[in-house]
Amino acid sequence: MNDVQKMQEKFSLIFTVRDHSKMIQSIAKKSPDEIIDEIIKSGLRGRGGAGFPTGIKWKAAKEAKDDKKFIICNADEGEPGTFKDRKILKDHCELVLLGMCAAGKAIDAQTGYIYLRGEYAFLQSDVLNKINEYNELFKNNNINFKIELRMGSGAYVCGEESALIESIEGNRGEPRNKPPFPVNKGLFNYPTVVNNVETLAYAAIIVDEGAQNFSSIGTNDSKGSKIFSVSGDAKIKGVFELPLGMKVSELVDLFSDGDTKAVQIGGASGFCVPRKQFEEKIIGFEGVPTGGSIIFFNSSRSMYRVLMNYLDFFREESCGQCTPCRVGCQQLYNGINAIHNGQRPISYLLQLQKLAKIMSITAKCGLGQSVANPFISITEHFKEEICY
Amino acid sequence: MRTVALSINDKKIEVPDYYTVLQAAKEAGIIIPTLCYHDDLCVAGNCRLCVVEQKGMRALQAACTLQVAQGMEIFTNTKQVRDARKTILELLLSEHAENCNSCYKNGNCELQKLAKEYMVDVNRFIKISHHWNFDDSSPAIIKDDSKCIKCTRCVRTCEELQGVSAIYGAYKGYETKIATFFDLPLDEVLCTYCGQCVNRCPTGALVEKNYIQEVWEAIDDREKFVVVQTAPAIRVSVAEALGIGIGQISTGKLVAALRRLGFDAVLDTDFTADLTIIEEGNEFLQRVTKAIRDKEVIALPMTTSCSPGWIKFIEHKYHELLPNVSTCKSPQQMFGALAKTFYAKKRGIDPSKMVTVSIMPCTAKKYEANRPEMYSSGYKDVDWVLTTRELALMIKQAGIDFTTLPDEHYDSIMGQSTGAAVIFGATGGVMEAALRTVYEIVTGKEVPFENLNITPVRGMEGVRSASITIKETKPEYSFLEGFTVNVAVAHGLANAAQLMDEVRAGKSPYHFIEIMACPGGCIGGGGQPIPTSLDIRKKRAQAIYEADMKLPLRKSHENPEIKQLYEEFLKEPLGHLSHKLLHTHYTQRL
Repeated sequence: MNDVQKMQEKFSLIFTVRDHSKMIQSIAKKSPDEIIDEIIKSGLRGRGGAGFPTGIKWKAAKEAKDDKKFIICNADEGEPGTFKDRKILKDHCELVLLGMCAAGKAIDAQTGYIYLRGEYAFLQSDVLNKINEYNELFKNNNINFKIELRMGSGAYVCGEESALIESIEGNRGEPRNKPPFPVNKGLFNYPTVVNNVETLAYAAIIVDEGAQNFSSIGTNDSKGSKIFSVSGDAKIKGVFELPLGMKVSELVDLFSDGDTKAVQIGGASGFCVPRKQFEEKIIGFEGVPTGGSIIFFNSSRSMYRVLMNYLDFFREESCGQCTPCRVGCQQLYNGINAIHNGQRPISYLLQLQKLAKIMSITAKCGLGQSVANPFISITEHFKEEICY
Repeated sequence: MRTVALSINDKKIEVPDYYTVLQAAKEAGIIIPTLCYHDDLCVAGNCRLCVVEQKGMRALQAACTLQVAQGMEIFTNTKQVRDARKTILELLLSEHAENCNSCYKNGNCELQKLAKEYMVDVNRFIKISHHWNFDDSSPAIIKDDSKCIKCTRCVRTCEELQGVSAIYGAYKGYETKIATFFDLPLDEVLCTYCGQCVNRCPTGALVEKNYIQEVWEAIDDREKFVVVQTAPAIRVSVAEALGIGIGQISTGKLVAALRRLGFDAVLDTDFTADLTIIEEGNEFLQRVTKAIRDKEVIALPMTTSCSPGWIKFIEHKYHELLPNVSTCKSPQQMFGALAKTFYAKKRGIDPSKMVTVSIMPCTAKKYEANRPEMYSSGYKDVDWVLTTRELALMIKQAGIDFTTLPDEHYDSIMGQSTGAAVIFGATGGVMEAALRTVYEIVTGKEVPFENLNITPVRGMEGVRSASITIKETKPEYSFLEGFTVNVAVAHGLANAAQLMDEVRAGKSPYHFIEIMACPGGCIGGGGQPIPTSLDIRKKRAQAIYEADMKLPLRKSHENPEIKQLYEEFLKEPLGHLSHKLLHTHYTQRL
């Protein structure tokens, strides 16, 4: 057994065998307050990357008064380098449905939607079968909760919760102004909890077996295990369940091909950690937050190309409504290209960095705000590769 | 009303708790720049120009979307905020067309104004060139995507105010644009040409198609006899378009200016507005007579037909209700048809040498003049249609100092009008004018409202209604004794749709409905001065009603020139000539 397998063995909560019918009964027995208390106690934070405390979100939605409420499972896994939700839905879909059911019970929602990424059409029929099976089971256990499936159409921005809601409503996928937040005015303007696939799977486990096991893993700010999607120049690639709070160097020890010059944590919208920072950077909400994408780059990679690839992605996947993101992404892309080709002086990089920082405080949603993460981290640490 | 206390730039203020920071700042005398925000529309929050610092928040917040809260501390004038705004403007300009000097909106462009205030550096970022569309397919509106900043004011206007959605956001990322259905040319999609988008576009991306050169050419051509007509709403907005003042009645100066521009005859659309009332009023009575006395199946409620945007809307969206629309042409087209027949004959002018120009508050009128039905004089009834804004430009080009002009009178014939015609310019006006006349035809007495002012149909509410019970009829209308006429007025096509849905469902309680495509009626028309807001429209409407009160004659049927027209030419309302020249038919459109 190699080191990665050993680690996984120890920290697997989702990737393990569970008795789902027993879990349903245990959820059915718990009161909304018990469910929310347990989630708060566990310290579970959103696994999509933003890390908002799940229990607090549920509590806010529970306290919002309205005649209807909704649970949405965000399965629009679009962050480049992330493919863990795909595996969870493929192998442990039951946990996700149970998590939605627990959330529904906690906030008194009768309907849940799974918003499945358009590119995951191959999962559609399997997920649908599971949904039908579990809707039946919920009914048999006297739980008034029904799940429906909605397919995305391939827009990255629809992973942003309010754009996702717009998409379910049949509108153009554009993020809304916040506040109001979805917990107050979400789907069809009703209180709505939007959680990531992985968050819901962990929630199901926590509600079933209590917070203790989960919260004993990880650090103070980043409790529990996390599912990582490891790709790039790594000796082992795939989906792995590991504790939060590891140093980047530990991750490098486990997966590196021995020639790692940088690790991109959190996908295209995440941060690039260069070799000199491997020891100091922690993977977790107190350090480098991540939705789980870990991409290794070895010395054969051009960071200019890496950055251009990301910027090309963003300039295309911006929803296009707000100025900083729509035009800013184009300017960053064109600007880096111009510097690299000698059409603009190297000093222009400073202008672009200023622009990226302004984007990070003026863009309407997380997409536009986070373009600065890869841009600043890559251009600061790999200036030579970018400019020459 | 609950209030909250907050501070903006360390200034403490107390405002209602539903206010946004933008509203609160305005109240505190602090200006926050905006582009996508518009008083008439829902908040989009997408230009991000109004960003402010909120204490305790990492990111800047858009003031237009941010609701005030107790103890909130806002800063609108920090380095971070100024830098952000300047950068956002520079970003917008980096993908914006560079030809300000030849832009139709030069000098009245919100982007240009802010670029100047923030001293932007247009060379800071790389110029991004897209292969945008330039759509001049329609006779009314030009859509130039190279000037579009994607603020979506037009999209929200078309959807919220008009219920049309001819344009919306399409594609994504750097390809994002405001597009028609499948990016088809404007003349192939469901667009009413109402021009409300033009009124709200902050840049030159949406403008009217201007015919200033064509009109100058006609004026300069000595062979041509050029007749100009002015719509009711122009007299209260031309001064505004010249930057003189909002809601000024300047009928006399308008006539003087047109004469100095070189028009051979300066006539008034108000004359044919009075005529419309006679024709439409009689048509309404005819329908009611058939329905009530003769128990015939006839389409009621009857709706007005003066607003070409409304006509195109109903042709597209409620075509099964086309029999309900009055067959009367709009005053503009009645005028054109009479100018090249009655007027030409009377003045001894060869109609083939006559050019008719109309000054309209409207962009849809440009389209209306081009409809194939509008050649009933044997020629194109109305040759060129100019908006209030185009007229203002011509006045400037001619070097006319509008403020020092004397007050002059319209030429005769087809120059005299009544107060009833003037109020065509405001929502509810056609209804009021029609009631003044119809009531008197039926009863021989004046409509029972103080000073003839039928106030229930006035105002700015989207849909208004009134009921008038007919008493002491003339013998020939005895079947209407005690009959209550229910009327309704709607302005803005989204409001019109509400009334039409009722009619379609067979649940409409009304007999007569006035619809104007534009919010406020013609005073808020798509060809009117920019900017527009509820306040501005109220001021223009107020001027309209003042102008009505000032006139000696306030009922269409008392217009002596109208009487003369019937005696000498038309003979009787709804007669043979009327049908040939003044009435039309409509077409179902998909």
